[in-house]
Amino acid sequence: MDLKALQFSFFNAEIAWRYLPDILQGMWMTIQLGVAVAATGLALGLLLAIVRALRVTPINFFIVCFADILRALPPLVVIMVLFFAFPYIQMPMSAFTATWLSLSLVLAAFAEEIFWAGILSVPKGQAEAARSTGLSWLQSMAFVVMPQAFRLTVAPLTNRVIAITKSTALGSVVGLSEVLNNAQSASSNAGNATPLTLAAIACLIIFVPVVLLGRWTETRFKWTH
Amino acid sequence: MDDILQNFFNLDIYISVAPYLLQGLGQTLMLSALVIPVGIVSGLAIGVLSITLKRRWARLLLAIYIDFFRALPPLVLLIFIYFGTPFLGLDLPKLLAVAIGFMLNNSSYYGEVFRAGLESVPKGQVEAARSTGLSAVQTLWYVQIPQATRNVMPDLISNTLEVVKLTTLASAVAMPELLRVARDAQSLVYNPSPIVLAALFYLALLWPVVRLLSRFEHRNLGAKG
Repeated sequence: MDLKALQFSFFNAEIAWRYLPDILQGMWMTIQLGVAVAATGLALGLLLAIVRALRVTPINFFIVCFADILRALPPLVVIMVLFFAFPYIQMPMSAFTATWLSLSLVLAAFAEEIFWAGILSVPKGQAEAARSTGLSWLQSMAFVVMPQAFRLTVAPLTNRVIAITKSTALGSVVGLSEVLNNAQSASSNAGNATPLTLAAIACLIIFVPVVLLGRWTETRFKWTH
Repeated sequence: MDDILQNFFNLDIYISVAPYLLQGLGQTLMLSALVIPVGIVSGLAIGVLSITLKRRWARLLLAIYIDFFRALPPLVLLIFIYFGTPFLGLDLPKLLAVAIGFMLNNSSYYGEVFRAGLESVPKGQVEAARSTGLSAVQTLWYVQIPQATRNVMPDLISNTLEVVKLTTLASAVAMPELLRVARDAQSLVYNPSPIVLAALFYLALLWPVVRLLSRFEHRNLGAKG
Protein backbone atom coordinates (compact mmCIF):
# COMPACT_ATOMS: atom_id res chain seq x y z
CA MET A 1 0.00 0.00 0.00
CA ASP A 2 1.58 3.28 -1.04
CA LEU A 3 0.80 6.82 -0.08
CA LYS A 4 -0.37 7.73 -3.58
CA ALA A 5 -3.14 5.11 -3.42
CA LEU A 6 -4.12 6.26 0.05
CA GLN A 7 -4.34 9.84 -1.13
CA PHE A 8 -6.29 8.85 -4.25
CA SER A 9 -8.87 6.81 -2.30
CA PHE A 10 -9.33 8.89 0.83
CA PHE A 11 -8.21 12.45 0.08
CA ASN A 12 -9.13 12.87 -3.56
CA ALA A 13 -9.53 16.61 -4.13
CA GLU A 14 -11.50 16.28 -7.35
CA ILE A 15 -14.05 13.89 -5.81
CA ALA A 16 -14.21 15.91 -2.60
CA TRP A 17 -15.06 19.00 -4.65
CA ARG A 18 -17.71 17.15 -6.66
CA TYR A 19 -19.56 15.79 -3.63
CA LEU A 20 -19.03 18.71 -1.27
CA PRO A 21 -22.55 20.12 -1.88
CA ASP A 22 -24.10 16.74 -0.90
CA ILE A 23 -22.06 16.63 2.29
CA LEU A 24 -22.95 20.23 3.16
CA GLN A 25 -26.64 19.50 2.63
CA GLY A 26 -26.27 16.45 4.85
CA MET A 27 -24.55 18.53 7.51
CA TRP A 28 -27.41 21.01 7.49
CA MET A 29 -29.89 18.15 7.93
CA THR A 30 -27.80 16.70 10.79
CA ILE A 31 -27.70 20.08 12.55
CA GLN A 32 -31.43 20.68 12.14
CA LEU A 33 -32.24 17.22 13.42
CA GLY A 34 -29.80 17.54 16.32
CA VAL A 35 -31.25 20.87 17.44
CA ALA A 36 -34.83 19.60 17.09
CA VAL A 37 -34.05 16.46 19.12
CA ALA A 38 -32.29 18.41 21.86
CA ALA A 39 -35.17 20.91 22.14
CA THR A 40 -38.08 18.45 22.22
CA GLY A 41 -36.21 15.84 24.26
CA LEU A 42 -35.15 18.26 26.99
CA ALA A 43 -38.56 19.95 27.13
CA LEU A 44 -40.41 16.65 27.43
CA GLY A 45 -37.92 15.36 30.01
CA LEU A 46 -38.32 18.48 32.14
CA LEU A 47 -42.09 18.29 31.90
CA LEU A 48 -42.10 14.62 32.97
CA ALA A 49 -39.79 15.32 35.93
CA ILE A 50 -42.04 18.16 37.13
CA VAL A 51 -45.14 16.01 36.79
CA ARG A 52 -43.31 13.28 38.71
CA ALA A 53 -42.64 15.76 41.51
CA LEU A 54 -46.41 16.00 42.05
CA ARG A 55 -46.06 12.40 43.33
CA VAL A 56 -49.27 10.98 41.95
CA THR A 57 -48.59 7.24 42.19
CA PRO A 58 -50.38 5.94 39.07
CA ILE A 59 -48.91 8.69 36.87
CA ASN A 60 -45.45 8.16 38.32
CA PHE A 61 -45.68 4.46 37.58
CA PHE A 62 -46.13 5.29 33.89
CA ILE A 63 -43.34 7.85 33.92
CA VAL A 64 -40.92 5.38 35.50
CA CYS A 65 -41.91 2.68 32.98
CA PHE A 66 -41.47 5.12 30.09
CA ALA A 67 -38.05 6.21 31.35
CA ASP A 68 -36.93 2.63 32.00
CA ILE A 69 -38.04 1.26 28.65
CA LEU A 70 -36.49 4.03 26.58
CA ARG A 71 -33.27 3.86 28.52
CA ALA A 72 -33.09 0.09 28.05
CA LEU A 73 -33.89 -0.04 24.31
CA PRO A 74 -31.11 0.69 21.83
CA PRO A 75 -32.08 3.90 19.93
CA LEU A 76 -31.71 2.11 16.60
CA VAL A 77 -34.37 -0.41 17.69
CA VAL A 78 -36.75 2.43 18.56
CA ILE A 79 -36.16 4.02 15.15
CA MET A 80 -36.77 0.69 13.40
CA VAL A 81 -40.00 0.07 15.30
CA LEU A 82 -41.34 3.53 14.48
CA PHE A 83 -40.22 3.50 10.86
CA PHE A 84 -40.92 -0.11 9.84
CA ALA A 85 -43.68 -1.22 12.20
CA PHE A 86 -45.90 1.83 12.65
CA PRO A 87 -46.93 2.01 8.98
CA TYR A 88 -48.70 -1.33 9.54
CA ILE A 89 -51.03 0.30 12.07
CA GLN A 90 -51.83 3.20 9.74
CA MET A 91 -49.24 5.50 11.24
CA PRO A 92 -46.63 5.87 8.52
CA MET A 93 -43.94 8.42 9.16
CA SER A 94 -41.09 9.92 7.21
CA ALA A 95 -37.48 9.01 7.96
CA PHE A 96 -37.06 12.46 9.54
CA THR A 97 -40.13 12.12 11.78
CA ALA A 98 -39.19 8.60 12.86
CA THR A 99 -35.61 9.57 13.71
CA TRP A 100 -36.59 12.83 15.39
CA LEU A 101 -39.37 11.25 17.44
CA SER A 102 -37.30 8.23 18.50
CA LEU A 103 -34.28 10.23 19.59
CA SER A 104 -36.48 12.83 21.33
CA LEU A 105 -38.22 10.10 23.33
CA VAL A 106 -34.89 8.50 24.26
CA LEU A 107 -33.44 11.86 25.31
CA ALA A 108 -36.62 12.68 27.26
CA ALA A 109 -36.27 9.43 29.22
CA PHE A 110 -32.67 10.18 30.22
CA ALA A 111 -33.39 13.87 30.85
CA GLU A 112 -36.36 13.02 33.07
CA GLU A 113 -34.14 10.83 35.27
CA ILE A 114 -31.44 13.51 35.48
CA PHE A 115 -33.91 16.31 36.30
CA TRP A 116 -35.59 14.06 38.84
CA ALA A 117 -32.26 13.32 40.55
CA GLY A 118 -31.67 17.08 40.61
CA ILE A 119 -35.07 17.77 42.17
CA LEU A 120 -34.45 15.08 44.82
CA SER A 121 -31.10 16.64 45.67
CA VAL A 122 -32.73 19.88 46.83
CA PRO A 123 -33.59 19.56 50.54
CA LYS A 124 -37.34 19.29 51.20
CA GLY A 125 -37.18 22.27 53.58
CA GLN A 126 -36.48 24.55 50.62
CA ALA A 127 -39.77 23.76 48.91
CA GLU A 128 -41.65 23.86 52.21
CA ALA A 129 -40.19 27.23 53.13
CA ALA A 130 -41.04 28.57 49.66
CA ARG A 131 -44.61 27.33 49.96
CA SER A 132 -45.00 28.85 53.44
CA THR A 133 -44.00 32.27 52.12
CA GLY A 134 -47.06 32.08 49.88
CA LEU A 135 -45.53 30.87 46.62
CA SER A 136 -47.69 28.43 44.70
CA TRP A 137 -46.40 24.88 44.09
CA LEU A 138 -45.43 25.77 40.53
CA GLN A 139 -43.73 29.00 41.62
CA SER A 140 -41.72 27.23 44.31
CA MET A 141 -40.71 24.66 41.71
CA ALA A 142 -39.73 27.28 39.13
CA PHE A 143 -38.02 29.84 41.37
CA VAL A 144 -36.66 27.80 44.27
CA VAL A 145 -36.23 24.10 43.48
CA MET A 146 -35.26 24.04 39.79
CA PRO A 147 -32.60 26.77 39.99
CA GLN A 148 -30.85 24.78 42.73
CA ALA A 149 -31.31 21.48 40.91
CA PHE A 150 -29.87 22.99 37.73
CA ARG A 151 -26.29 22.92 38.99
CA LEU A 152 -26.36 19.18 39.52
CA THR A 153 -28.06 18.43 36.22
CA VAL A 154 -26.15 20.55 33.73
CA ALA A 155 -23.06 18.34 33.26
CA PRO A 156 -24.83 14.98 32.89
CA LEU A 157 -27.49 16.61 30.70
CA THR A 158 -24.87 18.09 28.37
CA ASN A 159 -23.15 14.73 28.03
CA ARG A 160 -26.42 12.99 27.30
CA VAL A 161 -27.45 15.59 24.74
CA ILE A 162 -24.09 15.13 23.00
CA ALA A 163 -24.45 11.35 22.95
CA ILE A 164 -27.96 11.54 21.52
CA THR A 165 -27.35 14.24 18.93
CA LYS A 166 -24.47 12.06 17.69
CA SER A 167 -27.06 9.31 17.20
CA THR A 168 -28.63 11.41 14.42
CA ALA A 169 -26.28 9.36 12.19
CA LEU A 170 -28.64 6.44 12.85
CA GLY A 171 -31.14 8.17 10.57
CA SER A 172 -29.00 6.97 7.66
CA VAL A 173 -30.22 3.43 8.34
CA VAL A 174 -33.81 4.41 7.47
CA GLY A 175 -32.68 6.51 4.50
CA LEU A 176 -32.67 10.00 6.01
CA SER A 177 -30.39 12.14 3.88
CA GLU A 178 -28.13 13.33 6.68
CA VAL A 179 -24.39 13.54 6.39
CA LEU A 180 -23.52 9.84 6.70
CA ASN A 181 -26.19 8.63 4.28
CA ASN A 182 -25.24 11.24 1.67
CA ALA A 183 -21.59 10.30 2.05
CA GLN A 184 -22.33 6.60 1.67
CA SER A 185 -24.26 7.05 -1.56
CA ALA A 186 -21.64 9.46 -2.87
CA SER A 187 -18.93 6.97 -1.98
CA SER A 188 -20.60 4.09 -3.82
CA ASN A 189 -21.38 6.34 -6.83
CA ALA A 190 -17.80 7.53 -7.04
CA GLY A 191 -16.21 4.21 -6.17
CA ASN A 192 -13.99 6.12 -3.80
CA ALA A 193 -13.81 6.57 -0.05
CA THR A 194 -13.21 10.32 -0.09
CA PRO A 195 -16.87 11.20 0.66
CA LEU A 196 -16.61 9.05 3.80
CA THR A 197 -13.55 11.05 4.85
CA LEU A 198 -15.57 14.22 4.25
CA ALA A 199 -18.40 12.85 6.39
CA ALA A 200 -16.00 12.10 9.23
CA ILE A 201 -14.56 15.61 8.97
CA ALA A 202 -18.06 17.11 8.82
CA CYS A 203 -19.03 15.26 12.01
CA LEU A 204 -15.88 16.46 13.74
CA ILE A 205 -16.67 20.04 12.71
CA ILE A 206 -20.15 19.70 14.17
CA PHE A 207 -19.37 17.74 17.32
CA VAL A 208 -15.87 18.75 18.50
CA PRO A 209 -17.17 22.17 19.68
CA VAL A 210 -20.04 20.38 21.44
CA VAL A 211 -17.68 17.94 23.17
CA LEU A 212 -15.46 20.83 24.29
CA LEU A 213 -18.55 22.63 25.59
CA GLY A 214 -19.38 19.47 27.54
CA ARG A 215 -15.91 19.43 29.09
CA TRP A 216 -16.29 23.08 30.05
CA THR A 217 -19.67 22.52 31.75
CA GLU A 218 -18.13 19.61 33.68
CA THR A 219 -15.52 21.85 35.28
CA ARG A 220 -17.71 24.96 35.47
CA PHE A 221 -20.56 23.25 37.30
CA LYS A 222 -18.50 20.72 39.25
CA TRP A 223 -20.51 19.36 42.14
CA THR A 224 -18.68 20.11 45.35
CA HIS A 225 -20.24 19.54 48.71
CA MET B 1 -56.42 -2.78 18.47
CA ASP B 2 -56.71 -5.84 16.27
CA ASP B 3 -54.22 -4.24 13.93
CA ILE B 4 -51.72 -3.87 16.74
CA LEU B 5 -52.11 -7.47 17.89
CA GLN B 6 -51.87 -8.71 14.33
CA ASN B 7 -48.80 -6.69 13.38
CA PHE B 8 -46.87 -6.15 16.61
CA PHE B 9 -47.67 -9.10 18.83
CA ASN B 10 -48.46 -11.86 16.35
CA LEU B 11 -47.91 -15.05 18.34
CA ASP B 12 -47.76 -17.36 15.32
CA ILE B 13 -45.01 -15.24 13.84
CA TYR B 14 -43.27 -14.95 17.21
CA ILE B 15 -43.12 -18.74 17.42
CA SER B 16 -41.86 -19.21 13.88
CA VAL B 17 -39.12 -16.57 14.08
CA ALA B 18 -38.05 -17.17 17.68
CA PRO B 19 -35.26 -19.66 16.77
CA TYR B 20 -33.63 -17.14 14.38
CA LEU B 21 -33.96 -14.32 16.86
CA LEU B 22 -32.40 -16.45 19.56
CA GLN B 23 -29.45 -17.06 17.26
CA GLY B 24 -29.24 -13.31 16.72
CA LEU B 25 -29.36 -12.79 20.47
CA GLY B 26 -26.47 -15.24 20.76
CA GLN B 27 -24.47 -13.14 18.29
CA THR B 28 -25.32 -9.97 20.22
CA LEU B 29 -24.10 -11.57 23.45
CA MET B 30 -20.98 -12.91 21.75
CA LEU B 31 -20.23 -9.50 20.28
CA SER B 32 -20.77 -7.84 23.68
CA ALA B 33 -18.51 -10.41 25.33
CA LEU B 34 -15.82 -9.41 22.85
CA VAL B 35 -16.13 -5.61 22.81
CA ILE B 36 -16.80 -4.95 26.52
CA PRO B 37 -13.55 -6.47 27.87
CA VAL B 38 -11.55 -4.90 25.02
CA GLY B 39 -13.13 -1.53 25.79
CA ILE B 40 -12.53 -1.82 29.53
CA VAL B 41 -8.88 -2.84 29.17
CA SER B 42 -8.06 -0.16 26.59
CA GLY B 43 -10.05 2.41 28.58
CA LEU B 44 -8.15 1.51 31.75
CA ALA B 45 -4.90 2.00 29.84
CA ILE B 46 -6.09 5.44 28.69
CA GLY B 47 -7.23 6.33 32.20
CA VAL B 48 -3.86 5.35 33.70
CA LEU B 49 -2.02 7.27 30.96
CA SER B 50 -4.07 10.38 31.64
CA ILE B 51 -3.04 10.48 35.30
CA THR B 52 0.60 9.48 34.75
CA LEU B 53 1.58 11.48 31.67
CA LYS B 54 3.28 14.66 32.78
CA ARG B 55 4.62 16.20 29.59
CA ARG B 56 2.42 18.85 28.07
CA TRP B 57 2.52 17.56 24.51
CA ALA B 58 1.79 14.00 25.60
CA ARG B 59 -1.25 15.14 27.58
CA LEU B 60 -2.40 17.20 24.63
CA LEU B 61 -2.11 14.22 22.26
CA LEU B 62 -4.10 12.06 24.65
CA ALA B 63 -6.81 14.72 24.99
CA ILE B 64 -7.02 14.98 21.21
CA TYR B 65 -7.36 11.18 20.89
CA ILE B 66 -10.13 11.08 23.49
CA ASP B 67 -12.09 14.04 22.14
CA PHE B 68 -11.66 12.90 18.53
CA PHE B 69 -13.41 9.62 19.22
CA ARG B 70 -15.97 11.19 21.53
CA ALA B 71 -16.93 13.61 18.77
CA LEU B 72 -17.11 11.06 15.96
CA PRO B 73 -20.48 9.26 15.90
CA PRO B 74 -19.79 5.53 16.33
CA LEU B 75 -21.81 4.64 13.24
CA VAL B 76 -19.74 7.02 11.11
CA LEU B 77 -16.57 5.42 12.49
CA LEU B 78 -17.86 1.92 11.84
CA ILE B 79 -18.97 2.69 8.26
CA PHE B 80 -15.66 4.42 7.61
CA ILE B 81 -13.68 1.39 8.77
CA TYR B 82 -15.89 -1.19 7.08
CA PHE B 83 -16.48 0.51 3.73
CA GLY B 84 -13.24 2.51 3.66
CA THR B 85 -10.61 -0.19 4.26
CA PRO B 86 -11.39 -2.19 1.08
CA PHE B 87 -10.16 0.85 -0.87
CA LEU B 88 -6.79 0.24 0.75
CA GLY B 89 -6.88 -3.30 -0.56
CA LEU B 90 -7.58 -4.57 2.94
CA ASP B 91 -10.50 -6.90 3.31
CA LEU B 92 -11.29 -6.84 7.00
CA PRO B 93 -13.63 -9.54 8.31
CA LYS B 94 -16.84 -7.95 9.62
CA LEU B 95 -16.16 -8.96 13.19
CA LEU B 96 -12.69 -7.39 13.12
CA ALA B 97 -14.00 -4.13 11.60
CA VAL B 98 -16.68 -3.92 14.28
CA ALA B 99 -14.19 -4.77 17.03
CA ILE B 100 -11.75 -2.07 15.91
CA GLY B 101 -14.51 0.56 15.64
CA PHE B 102 -15.82 -0.31 19.08
CA MET B 103 -12.37 -0.33 20.60
CA LEU B 104 -11.55 3.16 19.31
CA ASN B 105 -14.91 4.54 20.42
CA ASN B 106 -15.18 2.74 23.77
CA SER B 107 -11.61 3.31 24.92
CA SER B 108 -12.33 7.05 25.01
CA TYR B 109 -15.49 6.67 27.05
CA TYR B 110 -14.15 4.06 29.47
CA GLY B 111 -10.94 6.11 29.61
CA GLU B 112 -12.80 9.18 30.86
CA VAL B 113 -14.62 7.09 33.47
CA PHE B 114 -11.41 5.52 34.76
CA ARG B 115 -9.66 8.90 34.80
CA ALA B 116 -12.41 10.33 36.99
CA GLY B 117 -12.11 7.26 39.24
CA LEU B 118 -8.34 7.43 39.55
CA GLU B 119 -8.50 11.15 40.30
CA SER B 120 -10.98 10.46 43.09
CA VAL B 121 -8.48 8.32 45.03
CA PRO B 122 -6.90 10.55 47.71
CA LYS B 123 -3.17 11.31 47.30
CA GLY B 124 -2.50 10.06 50.82
CA GLN B 125 -3.43 6.54 49.68
CA VAL B 126 -0.69 6.56 47.06
CA GLU B 127 1.85 8.09 49.43
CA ALA B 128 1.03 5.58 52.15
CA ALA B 129 1.27 2.69 49.70
CA ARG B 130 4.62 3.90 48.37
CA SER B 131 5.98 4.38 51.89
CA THR B 132 5.23 0.76 52.76
CA GLY B 133 7.60 -0.21 49.97
CA LEU B 134 5.17 -0.91 47.10
CA SER B 135 6.46 0.08 43.68
CA ALA B 136 4.55 2.60 41.56
CA VAL B 137 3.08 -0.22 39.46
CA GLN B 138 2.10 -2.21 42.54
CA THR B 139 0.49 0.89 44.03
CA LEU B 140 -1.49 1.41 40.85
CA TRP B 141 -2.61 -2.21 40.66
CA TYR B 142 -3.31 -2.96 44.34
CA VAL B 143 -4.34 0.45 45.70
CA GLN B 144 -5.44 2.96 43.07
CA ILE B 145 -7.29 0.85 40.49
CA PRO B 146 -9.43 -1.14 42.98
CA GLN B 147 -10.58 2.03 44.75
CA ALA B 148 -11.05 3.93 41.50
CA THR B 149 -13.17 1.12 40.06
CA ARG B 150 -15.37 1.02 43.13
CA ASN B 151 -15.84 4.79 43.12
CA VAL B 152 -17.04 4.91 39.50
CA MET B 153 -18.91 1.60 39.43
CA PRO B 154 -22.26 3.18 38.44
CA ASP B 155 -20.61 5.00 35.52
CA LEU B 156 -18.86 1.80 34.45
CA ILE B 157 -22.14 -0.10 34.44
CA SER B 158 -23.94 2.71 32.65
CA ASN B 159 -21.23 2.84 29.99
CA THR B 160 -21.35 -0.92 29.57
CA LEU B 161 -25.10 -0.72 29.07
CA GLU B 162 -24.52 1.82 26.31
CA VAL B 163 -21.98 -0.51 24.70
CA VAL B 164 -24.45 -3.39 24.58
CA LYS B 165 -27.01 -1.03 23.02
CA LEU B 166 -24.39 0.07 20.49
CA THR B 167 -23.92 -3.48 19.23
CA THR B 168 -27.09 -2.84 17.18
CA LEU B 169 -24.90 -0.68 14.91
CA ALA B 170 -23.24 -3.87 13.68
CA SER B 171 -26.52 -4.51 11.83
CA ALA B 172 -25.53 -1.66 9.50
CA VAL B 173 -22.61 -3.73 8.22
CA ALA B 174 -24.83 -6.82 7.88
CA MET B 175 -23.61 -8.64 10.96
CA PRO B 176 -26.34 -11.11 11.89
CA GLU B 177 -26.93 -9.84 15.43
CA LEU B 178 -30.38 -9.59 17.01
CA LEU B 179 -31.62 -6.45 15.26
CA ARG B 180 -30.34 -7.55 11.86
CA VAL B 181 -31.99 -10.98 11.95
CA ALA B 182 -35.22 -9.34 13.12
CA ARG B 183 -35.13 -6.98 10.11
CA ASP B 184 -34.44 -9.89 7.77
CA ALA B 185 -37.25 -11.92 9.32
CA GLN B 186 -39.61 -8.97 8.96
CA SER B 187 -39.00 -8.73 5.23
CA LEU B 188 -39.60 -12.47 4.89
CA VAL B 189 -42.93 -12.58 6.72
CA TYR B 190 -44.22 -9.14 5.63
CA ASN B 191 -45.08 -8.36 9.21
CA PRO B 192 -43.19 -6.18 11.70
CA SER B 193 -43.76 -8.51 14.67
CA PRO B 194 -40.13 -9.77 14.56
CA ILE B 195 -38.82 -6.25 15.19
CA VAL B 196 -41.17 -5.84 18.13
CA LEU B 197 -40.07 -9.24 19.44
CA ALA B 198 -36.43 -8.15 19.13
CA ALA B 199 -37.31 -5.02 21.12
CA LEU B 200 -38.84 -7.26 23.81
CA PHE B 201 -35.63 -9.33 23.87
CA TYR B 202 -33.57 -6.18 24.39
CA LEU B 203 -35.91 -5.09 27.17
CA ALA B 204 -35.64 -8.45 28.91
CA LEU B 205 -31.86 -8.29 28.66
CA LEU B 206 -31.31 -4.65 29.64
CA TRP B 207 -34.21 -3.54 31.84
CA PRO B 208 -32.66 -5.19 34.94
CA VAL B 209 -29.46 -3.22 34.31
CA VAL B 210 -31.42 0.04 34.06
CA ARG B 211 -33.18 -0.76 37.36
CA LEU B 212 -29.85 -1.53 39.02
CA LEU B 213 -28.50 1.83 37.83
CA SER B 214 -31.51 3.73 39.14
CA ARG B 215 -31.00 2.11 42.52
CA PHE B 216 -27.33 3.18 42.51
CA GLU B 217 -28.27 6.76 41.65
CA HIS B 218 -30.91 7.07 44.33
CA ARG B 219 -28.64 5.51 46.93
CA ASN B 220 -25.92 8.04 46.11
CA LEU B 221 -28.39 10.90 46.51
CA GLY B 222 -29.53 9.45 49.81
CA ALA B 223 -25.94 9.46 51.03
CA LYS B 224 -25.54 13.10 50.00
CA GLY B 225 -28.76 14.30 51.55
